Amino acid sequence: MGSRASRLLREEEIEEIKKETGFSHSQITRLYSRFTSLDKGENGTLSREDFQRIPELAINPLGDRIINAFFPEGEDQVNFRGFMRTLAHFRPIEDNEKNKNPSATEPLNSRTNKLLFAFRLYDLDRDDKISRDELLQVLRMMVGVNISDEQLGSIADRTIQEADTNGDSCISFNEFIKASFVVNIHICTVVWFPFLS
Amino acid sequence: MPSGTVSHGASGRLRGLFLVMVLVFLEGSVFTVAVASSDQHSPTTAHSGGHKATDHGSHNNTGKAFPVLDLNYENVRVPFEISLWVLLASLMKLGFHLVPHLSNIVPESCLLIVVGLLVGGIIRGTGETVPPVMDSKLFFYILLPPIILDAGYFLPIRPFMENLGTILIFAVVGTLWNAFFVGGLLYGVCQIGTETSSILSRIGLLQCLLFGSIISAVDPVAVLAVFEEIHINELLHILVFGESLLNDAVTVVLYHLFEEFSGIGSVTLLKGFLGVISFFVVALGGVLVGVLYGILAAFTSRFTSHTRVIEPLFVFLYSYMAYLSAEIFHLSGIMALIACGAVMRPYVEANISHKSHTTIKYFLKMWSSVSETLIFIFLGVATVAGPHDWNWTFVTVTVILCLVARVIGVVGLTFIINKFRIVKLTTKDQFIIAYGGLRGAIAFSLGFLLKKEHFPEREIFLTAIITVIFFTVFVQGMTIKPLVELLAVKKKQEAKRSINEEIHTQFLDHLLTGIEDICGHYGHHHWKDKLNRFNKKYVKKCLIAGERSKEPQLIAFYHKMEMKQAIQLVESGGGIKMPSAVPSTVSMQNIQPRPPTKPAPERAIPQLSKNKEEEIRKILRTNLQRTRQRLRSYNRHTLVADPYEDGLSDLFLKKQKMFQIEKKLKEMNTYLTVPAPPPDSPTMCRARLASGKHTDFKPDQVQKGNKMCSDPQAYSIKPASNKVPMIQVDLASPQSPDSVNLLDEFGQANQQEEEEQGLMMKPPSRPREAKKPSEEDEAKDPQKLMRCLSDPGPSADEDEDGAFLP
Repeated sequence: MGSRASRLLREEEIEEIKKETGFSHSQITRLYSRFTSLDKGENGTLSREDFQRIPELAINPLGDRIINAFFPEGEDQVNFRGFMRTLAHFRPIEDNEKNKNPSATEPLNSRTNKLLFAFRLYDLDRDDKISRDELLQVLRMMVGVNISDEQLGSIADRTIQEADTNGDSCISFNEFIKASFVVNIHICTVVWFPFLS
Repeated sequence: MPSGTVSHGASGRLRGLFLVMVLVFLEGSVFTVAVASSDQHSPTTAHSGGHKATDHGSHNNTGKAFPVLDLNYENVRVPFEISLWVLLASLMKLGFHLVPHLSNIVPESCLLIVVGLLVGGIIRGTGETVPPVMDSKLFFYILLPPIILDAGYFLPIRPFMENLGTILIFAVVGTLWNAFFVGGLLYGVCQIGTETSSILSRIGLLQCLLFGSIISAVDPVAVLAVFEEIHINELLHILVFGESLLNDAVTVVLYHLFEEFSGIGSVTLLKGFLGVISFFVVALGGVLVGVLYGILAAFTSRFTSHTRVIEPLFVFLYSYMAYLSAEIFHLSGIMALIACGAVMRPYVEANISHKSHTTIKYFLKMWSSVSETLIFIFLGVATVAGPHDWNWTFVTVTVILCLVARVIGVVGLTFIINKFRIVKLTTKDQFIIAYGGLRGAIAFSLGFLLKKEHFPEREIFLTAIITVIFFTVFVQGMTIKPLVELLAVKKKQEAKRSINEEIHTQFLDHLLTGIEDICGHYGHHHWKDKLNRFNKKYVKKCLIAGERSKEPQLIAFYHKMEMKQAIQLVESGGGIKMPSAVPSTVSMQNIQPRPPTKPAPERAIPQLSKNKEEEIRKILRTNLQRTRQRLRSYNRHTLVADPYEDGLSDLFLKKQKMFQIEKKLKEMNTYLTVPAPPPDSPTMCRARLASGKHTDFKPDQVQKGNKMCSDPQAYSIKPASNKVPMIQVDLASPQSPDSVNLLDEFGQANQQEEEEQGLMMKPPSRPREAKKPSEEDEAKDPQKLMRCLSDPGPSADEDEDGAFLP
C-alpha cells in the first residue's frame, strides 16, 4: 500500500516474525500495512489511542480488554513485533505443525495458548483465577446496564458452581479448560485470514 | 417374540404387543371390508342429513320394515379411511417399540415400508385395487409440510450458519453433479443398447437427465428418520440434513427445466441460461417468501397476550401459508418453510407463553411423526400398487451410478471445501456424508407426477426409483448404525447447554469481532456482529412485545434455564430441592452479602438420581405415617386441643415456608423483568375457587385421603388474620409423596435453619392465634402448585406471565 510508513519492513524482520508467529509472507505484509495505517503518529509503535480510534472497537463490550491484551505489562506502546505476537494467537491450528518440531516451545496459536489468552481476558489481576468479581465485571460489560446487580450475581454464582470442581468458588485455568463449554465449542478462537498462502 | 423369559417386564410387553397385533388385524380387516363394500354400495342410497333411515324406508319399498340398524358407509368413507390409515400408522409406531430388540437393529423406516408392503399385499390379495395413496398432491401438500416445518422450526441456527457455505456447496453443486452424472451415463448405457434393450434406446437424453435430477436429491424425510436413531455428532448431522433441505431448490429447478424441455423438445442456450437464473429466483424467492411470513407471524404474536390459546395456530398457519404461497409461484416451498420457521422462532418464543411453546413443540413433533410414518407406509403400499416395469439393466445401472456419483461427488467437493474450512472434514466424515445420502419419498412423488404422454417409460422410471429408495433405506439405513460404531465416529454430546457455554460463546464472539476489527478484516464475525446489533436495535423492538424486547440474550437464556430447572424440581420432587436451589436466587434479594464460602458438600445444583429420590420418598412416607398415627391415637383419647397444637406447629411452619417461597417467587419475578403476578393471579383464583366447600377438620380424613376443601382464603399471600390456615397432608392420595416431602423438608429445614443462611425461616411463635378445630387448610396447595405447572383446563384464559412458578 502507501508509503506512509517512514520505516519499511526489512526482509530479515519478516523472516523473524514468520518464524516466531507462523504467519506467511503475504499475511505479514498485509498486517504491516494495517499497522501503519493505524499508526497515526508514524513512530513505528501503536498507543492505546490508536486502537481506540477504530470505530467498531469502541462499541465492542470487550474493546478495552482486547486493547490491553496487546500491551505488555506496564507499557504504553506496542511495536509491530508485539502486535504480531498477539495476533498470532488467532491463527488456525495446523495439525502438521505438531510434527515439525517436538522440542520447540508450543506455537503461539496452540489450543492451550489460545485458551490462555481468553482466560487472561477474564482474569484482570493475573492471579490465575477468575473470581466472582471478575466474572461479574465481564457479565456486566456484556449485558449492559439494565440488569440488576443481584440478578447478575446469581448468574455469576451459577456459572462458578457449574465450573468449579475444587470448591474454591473461583475458576482456575484448569477448570476453565475442563469445563464442558470449552470442550463443546470448537476452538473458534481463530480469525479467518482471507489470504491463503 | 421373547418366549423364555419369565420376567414381569417381558410378559407385560408381550401382552401389549399382542394387543397391538390384535388391534392391527382388526383394523386391517375393517379396512379391507370397507374398501370392498365401498364398491358394492349403491350410490343412490338416501343420504340426507336427518334420519336417513326413514328416507330410505319411505323411498324404496313401502312394505319394508323400519330399519332399526342401517349401513351407510358412503358418507363417512373418506374421513373413515383416512382415520384408519393414521391409526394404523400410530399403532405401528407403538408396536415397534414394544418389540424389544427389533428397533435397535432395523430402523423404523424399514419396518414401516414392510408394513406398507404387507397392507398393500393384503388389499391386493382380497382382490381389490389398491387405492392410489401416494397421490402427489396429498404428499406435497399434506404429508410433507409438517416434517419440514418441524425441521425448520427447531433448526439449530448456529451450527447451520457456521457451516452454511459447506452445506450450500454440497446441496447445489453436489446435486447438480449427481443429476448430470447419473443422467448422462444412464443415457450412454441406454444407447449402447443391444437388441434387448431396444426399449431403453428410446429414452432420450432429456428424459435421462430428468430422471437423474429426480433421483439425485437427498431426501430430508429419510435422512431424518435414519439419522435420528444413530446420534452422530452435530456437525455431520447438520451437514447431511442441511444439504437434504437446501437441495430442494435445485431439484425443483432441474425438474421443471427438464420437464419443460422434454415437452417442447428443443434446447437452446437461452433456455439454459434462463434455467440458471430461475435457480436463483426459485431459491432466493422461496427464502424471501418464508422470511416475509415469518416476520408477519412474529409481529402477530406480539399482540396475542390476551388470547393465548390460539397462539400455536398462528405459527402453524403462517408457515403453511408460506409453503403454499411459494408453491403458487413454483418457488421452493421447502426453503420457504425453513426460512419462515427459522426467522419467526426467536421472536415468537419471546412473545408466547410457556404453554403455547410446549403446545407448538408437541404438535409439530406429533404431526411430523405421523406424517413420516404414513409416508413410509404409503411407499410400501404404492410399491405393491404401482404399475411396474422391471428392467434389469436400467435398475442395476441406476443403483450403481447413484452410489458412485455420490461418493465421487462428496470426495471431490470435500477436497475443495477443506481449503476454506477451519475445522476440516476427515475421511470418516466424508464417508458418513456419502453414505448418508438417502433417497426417499420425494423422489417417488416427483416420479409419480410425470405425465404418461411425455414419458412413455414412466413405469421403468418408477420401478428404478423405488428400487433405489429401497436400497438406500434398507441397506444403507440398516448398516449405517453399525458402521458408525465401527468407525468410531464421534457421537452427539449429550451435555446440556450450560450458562458457562453461553457466556463463553458470547465472550468469544466479542473477542473475535474485536480482533477482526483490529486487523481491518471484514470477516464472518464482523457481519454477524453487525446483524446482531441491527437485530437488537430495530427488529426486536418491533417484533417482541413489551419488556422482553430489551432483554439481553444472556438474561433470556438464564431465565429460560431457571424456568426449566424450577419446573423440573417441582415436577420431580415437590419442594424438596427448592430450598437448596433457592440460594442461587435468594442472593438476589439478600441485602447482606452472602457468606464468602459455602460448605463444600452443599452444591446447590440438585443432583439426586431418580432412584435415590424414590428411596427417600419411601422412607419419609413410612416414617411420617407413623407420626400421623401417633397423633391420631392421641386425638381420640385426649384433649382435642393438644395434638392440634403439635400438628399445627408443623403445619404452620409449612405454611410460613409457602409464604416465603411465594414471596421469593414474586420478587424473583420482579427481578427477571417479567411483570410480577398480581396477588390474586388467575391461577391462584382458580385454585382457590376450585376448592369449594367447607368441611370440618377431621383427623381421620387424613387417613382416608379425602380431599379436604378449605375456605377459599386459605392460600392467600396475605394470611387471613383470624384464621390459621393449616396445610393438611394428604397421605393416601397419589400425589401425597410430594406433599409429604414438603412437610418433612420443612421439618428438617426448621432444624437446619441456623446452618442455612439463605433460608429465611423464622421459628413459629408458639402461642398462635385462635385455632379452632373447625379450621381447615389447603392440603391441595402443593398439589395445586403442581397443577398450576402442568395442564390447567383448556377453558382457562391464562395470563401466563408469572402466574406460576417463574
